[in-house]
Amino acid sequence: MCERADPGDTMSTPLFVVQLFNGLQLGVLLFLVAAGLTLVFGVMDFINLAHGVQYMLGAYLAVTFYRLTGSFFASVLLALPASMVFGLALEVAIFRHLYERDHLEQVLATFGVILFLNQGVKIVWGAAPLNMPIPDILSGSIPLMEGLRYPVYRFAIIAAGLAVAVALYVFVTATRVGMLVRAGATNAPMVSALGVDIKRLFMIVFGFGAMLAGFAGAMVAPILSVEPGMGDQILILAFVVIVIGGIGSIRGAFIAALLVGVIDTLGRSFMTDMLRLVLAPSTARVIGPALASMTIYLLMAIVLAVRPAGLFPAKGRA
Amino acid sequence: MPTIKGFTGAGIFTIAALATAAAQAQELKIGIMAVLSGPQAVLGGQLRDGFNLGIKHAGGKLGGLATTVIVQDDELKPDVAVGKARQLIERDKVDFVVGPVFSNILLAIQRPITEANVFLISPNAGPSPLAGKSCNPFFFNTSYQNDQPPEVLGKFAQDKGFKKAFLLAPNYQAGKDMIGGFKKHFKGEIADEVYTPLGQLDFAAELARIAAAKPDAFFVFMPGGMGVNLVKQYRQAGLDRIPFLSVFTVDESTLPAQQDAAVGFFSGMTWAPNTDTPANMKFVADFEREYGYVPGSYAMQAYDAAQLIDSAVKAVGGKLADKAAMRAALRKADFPSVRGAFKFNSNGFPIQDFYLVKVAKRPDGKFQTEIVQKVFSSYADSHAADCPLK
Repeated sequence: MCERADPGDTMSTPLFVVQLFNGLQLGVLLFLVAAGLTLVFGVMDFINLAHGVQYMLGAYLAVTFYRLTGSFFASVLLALPASMVFGLALEVAIFRHLYERDHLEQVLATFGVILFLNQGVKIVWGAAPLNMPIPDILSGSIPLMEGLRYPVYRFAIIAAGLAVAVALYVFVTATRVGMLVRAGATNAPMVSALGVDIKRLFMIVFGFGAMLAGFAGAMVAPILSVEPGMGDQILILAFVVIVIGGIGSIRGAFIAALLVGVIDTLGRSFMTDMLRLVLAPSTARVIGPALASMTIYLLMAIVLAVRPAGLFPAKGRA
Repeated sequence: MPTIKGFTGAGIFTIAALATAAAQAQELKIGIMAVLSGPQAVLGGQLRDGFNLGIKHAGGKLGGLATTVIVQDDELKPDVAVGKARQLIERDKVDFVVGPVFSNILLAIQRPITEANVFLISPNAGPSPLAGKSCNPFFFNTSYQNDQPPEVLGKFAQDKGFKKAFLLAPNYQAGKDMIGGFKKHFKGEIADEVYTPLGQLDFAAELARIAAAKPDAFFVFMPGGMGVNLVKQYRQAGLDRIPFLSVFTVDESTLPAQQDAAVGFFSGMTWAPNTDTPANMKFVADFEREYGYVPGSYAMQAYDAAQLIDSAVKAVGGKLADKAAMRAALRKADFPSVRGAFKFNSNGFPIQDFYLVKVAKRPDGKFQTEIVQKVFSSYADSHAADCPLK
């Protein structure tokens, strides 16, 4: 067996471009999940581990609506309000009672919600992964590099995510509710003291966050399998994103999400090849994957060492 | 002391009466240990359903004895599994334990069960220690040794003359074992060997690397949800002109989710739902009627485990206590395996044929693997030589 030492054609420009797109797509998805998480954490000072479950529910709801309507777009549109309603129901039934508690209790309770809903989803939809087809209009592909068709659908995810980011930016910077959200992230008790119904604000933020996570879940349903526990992994990455970006900051979440998405993807694709330049191929093969899965945590450690409040901390929190 | 004497006499009488009753209505107790919760619950469900169908086909009486089945969920946690194995042995006093799906669970429960002189039949997991040095007279396996399925693909790739292969697996022990199994017979160039974090669901980055490496064949081990995603994305990326060789990535447990995306993809197994034996035709038809889905190897191997127990209990005339006779009867494997020729090696693992199988869509719209060609005949695992049993 010969090991290929020449990394030339495994690090070609087209491959790099493709991997950048892949990183961007992961980043955009992370942003959709992290946006809600950072607002809830920033505005309400509430650690919601169950946020990943909202992402999973979004995917399940989209599949269910797809089975009912047969239309991808209708199912995504229906999944949005349904995710929001579900998020609000959770807020009213459980989370509302936890805002005054300390973080450990919030972590425990929301972790319980994860277990409960993962099992609940299995009872309702079964343990086997579900499937949702890509809509015909987005089912084409673009030959970005030789031998690889890049699905148009993945571009659609990037576009949808960027559109949401812009809309969210406008919403937070130019509307009255957005202003309250920003104010809440900076100093929630003061906002409350000024006569704003903070409970209602919390509900809006929470429902909105749940909807964004649900949107992310609905968008990935055609490329990933929809299965119980699918939200658990993305939740960890989303936390990394909001810590890097600065808690409570939408802008920070956006930049950090793209950063994490691109660095994680590039690490996974090129780490082993880069190590091969300095190490024996078999050693590189062992160390490469391990190091690649560490890169984003290294990034987080570095950011925290240099800027303990994250890259773009909400004003007044730093 | 007349009172005490009276008591003793009554006690002896009661025990004698109980013993007679037991002899009259002798019962066979079997514990099933399988993962029935979590993402892998589908596999445990297949195991349980396959075994239950085996009992049903024996008229509810394996070996002519009234059969009770106690099902335990190992939750895919070795510590939980050991606790439940002890319950099966000490509280329920089972005669056989059938299970589990996963090798790490098997290695955990193997000692408590076999040390209690209870027979353990593994209808799926086949880790190398149990086939080699740590083989055990109370252990039998009705599936295969874990190394063998990837060897089928490696041999096929070598015979087919593929020059360059790209290998992909999750970054844990089984992933490395599967890659090792493939490389045992494949002597061509390895374009690259990529290990992804366990549980990764988006393979876009890896697929781009495959396209860049331009291999003649792609070998992958990606069980469960990971495999569902990989297959869909592999097809979406247009890589399907590169032959897709896999183990435990496209089978009847994942096909309901993969559907058309997996058609034409290869795997290695001892059997497929279209294996042409009368026993198999009956098994598959009755299974689908009873449970409403296409059985996979997990169900098939559990069904064979039920047939194996049936044959052995019959052979010893229902004398469950005679462990030596029972072992000899099990060792004979005197039952019509649905996969065709089947016998046990000295280590309690099967000697059987292995096939290249391919995913196909049936006329009724369901998906299954189908036999393409035989790759190994009467193939025994390579660890049996290290096993001291005869």
